[in-house]
Amino acid sequence: MSLRIVVCVKYVPDATGDRHFAEDLTTDRDAVDGLLSELDEYAVEQALQISEDADDAEITVLTVGPEDAKDALRKALSMGADKAVHVEDDDLHGTDALGTSLVLAKAIEKAGYDLVVCGMASTDGVMGVLPALLAERLGVPQVTLLSEVSVADGKVTGRRDGDSASEQLEAALPAVVSVTDQSGEARYPSFKGIMAAKKKPVESWDLEDLELEADDLGLAGAWTAVDAVAERPARTAGTIVKDEGEGGKQLAEFLAGQKFI
Amino acid sequence: MAEVLVYVDHVDGAVRKPTLELLTLARRIGEPVAVHLGPGADTAAAVLAEHGAVKVLAADAPEFADYLVAPKVDALQAAYDAVAPAAVLVPSSAEGKEIAARLAVRVGSGIITDAVDVEAGDEGPVATQSVFAAAFTTKSRVTKGTPIITVKPNSAPVEAAPAAGTVEQLAVTVADSSKGTKVVSRTPRESSGRPELTEAAIVVSGGRGVGGAENFPIVEGLADSLGAAVGASRAAVDAGWYPHTNQVGQTGKSVSPQLYIAAGISGAIQHRAGMQTSKTIVAINKDAEAPIFELVDYGVVGDLFEVVPQLTEEVKSRKG
Ligand SMILES: Cc1cc2nc3c(=O)[nH]c(=O)nc-3n(C[C@H](O)[C@H](O)[C@H](O)COP(=O)(O)OP(=O)(O)OC[C@H]3O[C@@H](n4cnc5c(N)ncnc54)[C@H](O)[C@@H]3O)c2cc1C
Ligand SMILES: Cc1cc2nc3c(=O)[nH]c(=O)nc-3n(C[C@H](O)[C@H](O)[C@H](O)COP(=O)(O)OP(=O)(O)OC[C@H]3O[C@@H](n4cnc5c(N)ncnc54)[C@H](O)[C@@H]3O)c2cc1C
Repeated sequence: MSLRIVVCVKYVPDATGDRHFAEDLTTDRDAVDGLLSELDEYAVEQALQISEDADDAEITVLTVGPEDAKDALRKALSMGADKAVHVEDDDLHGTDALGTSLVLAKAIEKAGYDLVVCGMASTDGVMGVLPALLAERLGVPQVTLLSEVSVADGKVTGRRDGDSASEQLEAALPAVVSVTDQSGEARYPSFKGIMAAKKKPVESWDLEDLELEADDLGLAGAWTAVDAVAERPARTAGTIVKDEGEGGKQLAEFLAGQKFI
Repeated sequence: MAEVLVYVDHVDGAVRKPTLELLTLARRIGEPVAVHLGPGADTAAAVLAEHGAVKVLAADAPEFADYLVAPKVDALQAAYDAVAPAAVLVPSSAEGKEIAARLAVRVGSGIITDAVDVEAGDEGPVATQSVFAAAFTTKSRVTKGTPIITVKPNSAPVEAAPAAGTVEQLAVTVADSSKGTKVVSRTPRESSGRPELTEAAIVVSGGRGVGGAENFPIVEGLADSLGAAVGASRAAVDAGWYPHTNQVGQTGKSVSPQLYIAAGISGAIQHRAGMQTSKTIVAINKDAEAPIFELVDYGVVGDLFEVVPQLTEEVKSRKG
């Protein structure tokens, strides 16, 4: 039987651009270009490796996001995923983590899955909670923050490098996995991959397709509210000295003045 | 007064500093009730009481160590049901965030992660977040359910505020469905003997400019002279010069010390994301155009192999 892998990928504003908030205090998606969250490339890569090791596997990439989020799906398809699902609905604008996990869980169930693979965190919200939220909602094991992962005999195993220890984990499928940027460099899409991606199917689902009401979704339905946003004041220009042989001593003088020594 | 659950981060009863900071924040919005899972509750209770815990709910079960995350969620949920708190505060560690998230689904509450401050507000606790690589500060609230907020280290002062801190055993049943992810083996990390990176008052970090693992002792030497933790950029970690657990940045640790010293680090956005909230920032870099200099309170344009050892000597002699 085929191994059904769903990879959750997020479309995010480019972190090297000048990111801003819109008037309704949601992310201003017009301010900078969006792209496939770099940390989700690692998830796509691990899914590809797992599928290469399996007899028969199919990779669906899934995103919840606006129209442009198709770009993120195309990138993942050009890396080698088989098909894509785009959950898109005007009522989703401003959805928070609890809401996003609700939509993703419904879509994952509708797509059918044995394994869900996520990145360790998005590069915009950086909450790092979606994989745990999904495991809770789907009622399956969470095998998260893996720097090494493999799937065999209906089981997923992996290594989680924590602060105080490194743990070897094991769970039966179906399961939700998240992988870190230590899991292995993501491949670049080949020209062939980019051409092939254009022909791969991208399905669009809205809330009705998922049998979801907008009550818990969007800005109005969110479980959290952002009341205020302030740009961090620019740091006042610091003192910069050129080392002419006394740089270390001058720095010590500064540190002493600040009572660090 | 309303009770506020505080999830205790500890090592066999030795309470870690971020939890004591949470007790300070919890007192602003109610009476802190600490939840201690695993061994050492009696040792922990004394410290928790000294910092304001009116009560310590304790539970220990082998499942906490044998399976990943979910059994601890069962326990925190039991505490939640016992207390009906006004808010739940959890330290922003990787595990803390996952525990908090799953509890949020179970009790139907919103969650705010990585708060850098929490205050009382007219409509419940208000959390401050530092977002988009610390370029913006936001104020947010949980609007549905009981606020569940995870808080970053170094977000509040540790204050003494003696309270009863009576230990009560918490009855916990670990559901079979929470035993899905087995911890097959665990290899403890060797302690460097230096302060914990995220908690340290001073952090000294080295980057690609350090040039090799064999040169990192230069960075460690400065750190030790200042009683600091050692950090590294991803470039240094990826090159295998320093362990990943010491990486500072978006995919590493986020630090907010009183003093951050960057040696041989250019200051890429992903690195800045993990250190930009440091109170005082110092950089040593031979390239005057390095973006890190945009952030600094004090910068030395120079060769770190000259500047850092000289600084270390100077610190040692001044400290006598
Ligand atoms: C600066 C900022 C701060 C925020 N703070 C909060 C907050 O405190 N509380 C809150 O409830 N919401 C918050 N949000 C909203 C939240 O980021 C989104 O709802 C989001 O999609 C889920 O969180 P995350 O992006 O941080 O995901 P993470 O938990 O960091 O993402 C982990 C993984 O989940 C998957 N994933 C995440 N989002 C999607 C998606 N849309 N489609 C497919 N896969 C996905 C990816 O695999 C990703 O690697 C914040 C948003 C921003 C921009
Ligand atoms: C998704 C993603 C996540 C990432 N997460 C992180 C993260 O968590 N943390 C992180 O740090 N990076 C992260 N990065 C990488 C980041 O983009 C940079 O590549 C990295 O921070 C560069 O490290 P560096 O400053 O040490 O190296 P470089 O950018 O190469 O800079 C080295 C600096 O050392 C200086 N130098 C060289 N020799 C000397 C000398 N003898 N004396 C003084 N100065 C000298 C040079 O002038 C230069 O400025 C991430 C990237 C991505 C895409």
